[in-house]
Amino acid sequence: MIAKPFIKRLEQILGKDHVMTEKADRICYSYDATQRQFLPDVVVHPGSPAEISEIMKLANAEKIPVFPRGAGSGFSGGSLPTEGGIVLATSRLDQILEIDEENLVATVEPGVVTETFQKAVEKVGLFYPPDPASLKFSTLGGNVAECAGGPRCVKYGVTKDYILGLEVVTPTGDIIRTGGPTMKGVVGYDLTKLMVGSEGTLAVITKIIIKLLPLPEAKKTMLVLFDSIDGAAKAVSAIIRGKIIPTTLEFMDSATIDCVREATDLEVPDTARAVLIIEVDGDADMIDKQAGRIADIVQPLGVVETRIATTAAESEALWKIRRSVSPSLRKVNPDKFNEDICVPRSKVPDMIRKVEEISQRHDVPIVNFGHAGDGNIHVNVMIDKKKPGDSEKAEAAIEEVFKEALALGGTMSGEHGVGIMKAPYIPLELPVSAVDYMKTIKKALDPNNILNPGKIFLD
Amino acid sequence: MAKNKKLTDYREEIEQCVMCGTCRAHCPVFGAERKEGTVARGKIALAQALLDGDVGLEEKFLLDMSQCLLCGSCHAQCPNKVPTEEIVAATRREIAQQKGLSTFGKGVTTVLKNQGLMKTLAKGGNALSAVLFKQLPDDSGLKLRFPAPFISRDRTLPGLADKPFRDRHPEFIAGDKDQPTIAFFTGCAINYMYPEIGEAMLKTLQFLGVNIWIPKEQGCCGLPAVSAGDGATVEELADRNRAALSGRPVDWIVTACASCNAGLGEIYAQLGDDFTELTGKVKDIFVFLVEQGFADKLAELPTTAEKVRVTYHDPCHLRTQGITKEPRQILAALPQIEYVEMEDAGTCCGMGGTYSVYHYDTSKKIGAKKAGHIDESGASLVATDCPGCIMQLQDSINHAGGGQKAVHILDLVAACLP
Repeated sequence: MIAKPFIKRLEQILGKDHVMTEKADRICYSYDATQRQFLPDVVVHPGSPAEISEIMKLANAEKIPVFPRGAGSGFSGGSLPTEGGIVLATSRLDQILEIDEENLVATVEPGVVTETFQKAVEKVGLFYPPDPASLKFSTLGGNVAECAGGPRCVKYGVTKDYILGLEVVTPTGDIIRTGGPTMKGVVGYDLTKLMVGSEGTLAVITKIIIKLLPLPEAKKTMLVLFDSIDGAAKAVSAIIRGKIIPTTLEFMDSATIDCVREATDLEVPDTARAVLIIEVDGDADMIDKQAGRIADIVQPLGVVETRIATTAAESEALWKIRRSVSPSLRKVNPDKFNEDICVPRSKVPDMIRKVEEISQRHDVPIVNFGHAGDGNIHVNVMIDKKKPGDSEKAEAAIEEVFKEALALGGTMSGEHGVGIMKAPYIPLELPVSAVDYMKTIKKALDPNNILNPGKIFLD
Repeated sequence: MAKNKKLTDYREEIEQCVMCGTCRAHCPVFGAERKEGTVARGKIALAQALLDGDVGLEEKFLLDMSQCLLCGSCHAQCPNKVPTEEIVAATRREIAQQKGLSTFGKGVTTVLKNQGLMKTLAKGGNALSAVLFKQLPDDSGLKLRFPAPFISRDRTLPGLADKPFRDRHPEFIAGDKDQPTIAFFTGCAINYMYPEIGEAMLKTLQFLGVNIWIPKEQGCCGLPAVSAGDGATVEELADRNRAALSGRPVDWIVTACASCNAGLGEIYAQLGDDFTELTGKVKDIFVFLVEQGFADKLAELPTTAEKVRVTYHDPCHLRTQGITKEPRQILAALPQIEYVEMEDAGTCCGMGGTYSVYHYDTSKKIGAKKAGHIDESGASLVATDCPGCIMQLQDSINHAGGGQKAVHILDLVAACLP
């Protein structure tokens, strides 16, 4: 429990209205999308970097842990207040400070919701590509902290590819800038890249300088049904090998198809065992050509049917199929372990085969879908936690999935981050020397280990 | 007999929440307040904590539970379809049982149950604000921290009608023999505040030759009592309306108020098997009109050279039932209208029954966004299908200085009929 005088100090810094200590308030900031709950002692809603700096100085002096929080929609537990202490919510820092149309650069505060930002830049013909599934509610601060991805990353890359610079508050309370609004800059270490994906363990992000692209003129969506999972997986490699990078290349296996069949009015012949949803974008006169070339490339790989959307409404209907996947998985089993392994693109067919073997060996349903175009497959182990033995089966299967992904040259998380959920598996992927190197950085920047402690690394 | 569900009956639904945060994108209150306690996910966590004994009915808990419009936007978009508006209503009933109804809640329900009192108020010609909205709170229950005064002086409210709608007409108005017979469930707002909407409804139905029954014994649908957590009144009103509406065989029970439609069709469906027949007959007026081929009949009317630009606001209580096409279909078919769609037509106006009375500041913030979208659409009229929305839309427009007028679609329909 935090002592009363400490709360008083927080109230002096922030004003009473922005410091929450009631039980009901603390419950509301105790969870994220992992469904784990840890009760914080206090929740603060700072309104400026200066206030955050004061909070960090105070917390550092008193050795009270601070847990930065955006929307609390992460899948790895990155924002969970695992040791009580202070939840630092970015809800009041929600302004788009500048959209610079001359330099294609924007500056935002961390609490801006990703979709709000995307709509704002699209209004002036600009484009911010990263599109995590949570984009309607997750914040840019959270996206930067976890280095969020999304379907469009096949062509456009992930969050880190768009962050030019940051303003951050260090664990000891200094306000520093990293990088800047220029397209180039090599003075000193690239701290921006270090911060992106550091899961809120190295600094609190207070401003984000973002690179923008011109908004593509048009896009075209197509849905291709395959008679085998292997055919679909091979199609992914074939398209890339054919020197075409689609905007998105989303994949669903047959278990996924069964799930969405009922949730949407998707009519799929029984012979279809896998689906690819492919989108291309660019100049209006280019996209038909691209879509045609993709159709030609995949044709020999066991295509049952190809549907190309000709209107925005038809395109939306195809995307609705993809979006209905996650919620419809409950038909298989009530609980899911959602992992987001990533393998080299050419290894997607091998990985899918391995997952099928693991599913059979452990007698547990595994549903696969995801961003096949960049090798990022969402492996969903579906269980009923109430059934004895199910959780153990899932854990054993997951560990094997990780090992197979690593054996193929992949990683155990493409976009969700480590947080607390994957922390136990870190030794599978990183050698002791690499972990020590990271821990040394953490210790140097946060000597009292007060900023988001207990994340990424176990002890 | 009607029987409310208890909070414990919702345990399974509460456990369906996977805390993904999708509701943060759709909750109008969260959009204005940005605090987790205002959004569905927070309320579900609180309801769970209450069931598990991890939190009591403390002040902040009550405030968070009061911060809900019961609009159902979160439910409609939830991947697991968690019925947060039902869970919040059940929690409010729990609060009312343990802490007593707030004075304001009592004020509302006393008036709603007592149609005689409503008439007296109407006769006196009092503005609703004088009696209903200016009740001061005592220090119990839900309104411990509600901002006083409840009703801001700058709020636009309609007056009460000199003579309630249902007193102006016979109980049965015969139409053509081969046309359907409907019961017109007027609701309180049309009966006491906007009788002209009722008149427009009659004119429209009579144009089609529909046989119209306006049951004298009908009362409030009970939705404000749901909002106030007054379970006993909900049950009492439901039983009363079921009796009133079973007095004559009808094909449909038709409403021109989205809230009444949801009250009869959705709330009563939660009260037990006795209501299956009634709820199966409830129909929104525009769904009814479209089914009767009314849009084609409108197309036969002469068009005007000058058209009024009109946009549409989706009342939550229709949108969450999937009724979005029919009102637009009728509106777009009107000969004197140029129909335009506004941005975010489907987001709540911020009225939420008694919500805007308790939380006028938040309600105004939500309404201000709406007023902005109406203005951007270039429409001079915003039409909708709910008197509550009309009240809030007009208030929001007036605050924004927009100059547009909020009307019921039926007002426009009646104006173009011969």
